Amino acid sequence: MPDTTTAAPGGRKRLVSGPGLLLVWLYGVMVVGALSRSAYQISTEFDRAPLAYSLSGAAALVYAFITYSLVRGGETARRAALFCCAAELAGVLAVGTWTLVRPEAFPDATVWSDFGMGYLFIPVILPITGMLWLRAKR
Amino acid sequence: MLDALTVALGAAALALAAWCGFAALRDQPTKDWHFIGMGVVTLLALAQLVVGVVELARGGKPDEGTVIFVAYLVGAFAAVPAAGLLSLSERTKWGSVTVAAGALVLAVLEVRLYDIWGTPGA
Repeated sequence: MPDTTTAAPGGRKRLVSGPGLLLVWLYGVMVVGALSRSAYQISTEFDRAPLAYSLSGAAALVYAFITYSLVRGGETARRAALFCCAAELAGVLAVGTWTLVRPEAFPDATVWSDFGMGYLFIPVILPITGMLWLRAKR
Repeated sequence: MLDALTVALGAAALALAAWCGFAALRDQPTKDWHFIGMGVVTLLALAQLVVGVVELARGGKPDEGTVIFVAYLVGAFAAVPAAGLLSLSERTKWGSVTVAAGALVLAVLEVRLYDIWGTPGA
């Protein structure tokens, strides 16, 4: 893929520098948290709350993709990560509202329940800071 | 024994977070002393992992299940070294911020571990 106009000579544009490092760390933590949680819940008690556990699994995949894009670097990855951060924010807001309006649809919590309150609101803060960071790296 | 380690690790993690946060405030990267501090916290976490597994082997039953208990023990052991390795590649204050964030994550994990293990004999 020709990316010579934006990439620094000899490599892709680095997205993991300065504040980007903190961002990657927090995304990495969310990947481990969401992935292990959803893998455990889906494999042991999926029938109890299929919707909640599927949503947690989807969240984990989004986090994993954003983390990979940030580490990979380059303009294509930056755009992909930006898009996924927007999707993530939409997901957090939609699921967060959904869990508040229709709590009966969720016998158990998801990663994004109540706008990520169980995760210190990191799920709702992270995509916003992520998008600001990725815009600044343009 | 396990509860004492959990409390000690939680306190040590908060201290490490404050220390690295202070370094970040002074615009400094992580230095040798910080890495020694991370080493101490990591050793404590390793001790907790070993003691936790020994407790399981002796028939201990965590309140919230064995799989979750072991997963959190491993996560607690990995959190600070992972953040420390990342900070090696970023020799600015942001490396210190990342380690501080890693230590905060560890403190949260310790709170959860305390609940997951529950009260012995209850």
